[in-house]
Amino acid sequence: MALTDRKTEGRPRAPFPRWPLRAGLTLGSIAATMLGLLFVTFMIGRVMPVDPVLAVVGDRASPEMYQQVYERLGLDKPLIVQFALYLRDVAQGDLGMSLLTSRPVSEDIARVFPATLELATLGTLIGVLAGVPLGVLAAVRRGSWIDQIARVVALIGYSMPIFWLGLMGLLIFYGILGWVGGPGRVSIFYDGMVPSVTGMILVDSALDGNWTVFRDALSHIVLPASLLGYYSLAYISRMTRSFMLEQLSAEYVTTARVKGLGERAVIWNHAFRNIRVQLITVVALSYAGLLEGSVLTEIIFSWPGIGMYITNALLSADMNAVLGGTVVVGLAFVLLNVLSDLLYKFLDPRAA
Amino acid sequence: MSGAGMRAWLLTDTPRSRGQARAAALYQGWLAFRSNPLAMVGLAILILLLAVAAFAPLIAPHDPFVQDLGNRLKPLGTPGHPLGTDSLGRDILSRLIYGSRITLYIVTLVALIAPIAGLIVGTVAGYLGGWVDMVLMRITDIFLAFPRLVLALAFVAALGAGIENAVLAISLTAWPPYARIARAETLTIRKSDFISAIRLQGAGPIRIVTRHIWPLCISSLIVRVTLDMAGIILAAAGLGFLGLGAQPPSPEWGAMISEGRRFILDHWWVATMPGLAIFTVSLGFNLLGDGLRDVLDPKNET
Repeated sequence: MALTDRKTEGRPRAPFPRWPLRAGLTLGSIAATMLGLLFVTFMIGRVMPVDPVLAVVGDRASPEMYQQVYERLGLDKPLIVQFALYLRDVAQGDLGMSLLTSRPVSEDIARVFPATLELATLGTLIGVLAGVPLGVLAAVRRGSWIDQIARVVALIGYSMPIFWLGLMGLLIFYGILGWVGGPGRVSIFYDGMVPSVTGMILVDSALDGNWTVFRDALSHIVLPASLLGYYSLAYISRMTRSFMLEQLSAEYVTTARVKGLGERAVIWNHAFRNIRVQLITVVALSYAGLLEGSVLTEIIFSWPGIGMYITNALLSADMNAVLGGTVVVGLAFVLLNVLSDLLYKFLDPRAA
Repeated sequence: MSGAGMRAWLLTDTPRSRGQARAAALYQGWLAFRSNPLAMVGLAILILLLAVAAFAPLIAPHDPFVQDLGNRLKPLGTPGHPLGTDSLGRDILSRLIYGSRITLYIVTLVALIAPIAGLIVGTVAGYLGGWVDMVLMRITDIFLAFPRLVLALAFVAALGAGIENAVLAISLTAWPPYARIARAETLTIRKSDFISAIRLQGAGPIRIVTRHIWPLCISSLIVRVTLDMAGIILAAAGLGFLGLGAQPPSPEWGAMISEGRRFILDHWWVATMPGLAIFTVSLGFNLLGDGLRDVLDPKNET
């Protein structure tokens, strides 16, 4: 160990910039993570109890027919070759055919993913807009009633099953009060009234200038988005508070106060400015969490997104669709994770 | 020994034996823990849960599986059914009481499998270092970057629905943070003088890791496990809700919510009561975890 220590201490400054090496390492680690993800989904596909050949040819196929499909699916090849073929297919955007919809899984996912994206984006927006100020306030007025409220809000968020809270929300705001639209993205008679451009109904109806549909869609999305937003808020406010506490106890804050700076300037121009980088990574992580966490929310609100797609496929043993969905959500998740890492490295000079 | 004598023995600054020193450390930890009212509430909730699960046949007013179609969907406060009945006329309170056993079963299994797997991976990586460390940590990072719920879904889809498979799926996605913690602890411990002394006495790597490094990793792992319990309960309930965990006749809380979902607008209590049970238990674990963290791991106070 002493040897390596001496080596790093005594190393002269590199004559050429080190960022290509670092970028290479980062790219390598992204590739390794994605490869790992694909390997796991591939293995899951291997151990499943459903015979993939029977799923194609049906129970009454002749042995020759069975054998033919068996070879066409590449099941006679060694596992490693099969994995390579799988990688090639995924790289070409081929996730296989869905048994449930008899369409390519990639097409299905392209159709349902925008709905999830819309929901998760709105949820994250709510989480950031409410969570950051709450966290800052809780840190500034540490121990006050607002800090206690922030604590309780977060604690409930960490302890409440999201699907149950969604049900209760539907029961109260839709069933009893009638303030919001029910399950689904729009009321049934507005379905398909605006042309699908982005696949996000709020954007599409706004582009089309159809404000009736926009209002209706808004009344449907507000509840599931607030629900996801609440979970995002619980996490973001806690993190914001602890980052702020760390900054507020630093000496430069005392200095700023001593030289007569107003409290508002101290908090927002000094302390908050320094936690922005950390916050960006937290928001990215929370966004990734919402993309995934929307599975249960989508079921409750009959939201036709990727979570609902995976679950329906699962219940009808449509493994291509399940694995394809897992791969897509997994890749989005990994990318956001990596992105938050990269942002941190680029924005914080100390992390380099 | 009298109560006061016992207290003095526990609070002494000069313990006479290793046993006394350990008991004293435990007692002082308990005193610190006891001064945190919220943590005590959490502890009370969990003791209650344990008691309910242990004495389920004695407490439950009805058999959780017996259907009584003449008494379907009775509201709260019906005589004999304080929390009402579900769509098959089964007593909801009794089902909740028996469901606590399933929740405890899942939580206990995951809380044993995931941290132990993480402990082994983390300490081996941290102690051996070099390429072993690199490979193991790379794998850990890969698993850490996975979406947990979706991956658990895919696992259960492949293995088939059921409690054991749900436990396996949750454990498979839950171990990486423990490996990280155990590795970090190992890295700080392995260069300390007492490890060198043990090595000079001739102890091999297995003895050093199992007898001297593991015990020191335990306390931070316990804190993390307690804080994770709520997440485990929520994940298990989510799988049950999707129909991938415990199967229908079983009174698993998530599955009960899923059953009650169909009647949510007219018979709200059927889905509401199990949800409250899940919320109470995970709240208990969160409160207890926060309290334990303050006692065992004061540097992480947030």
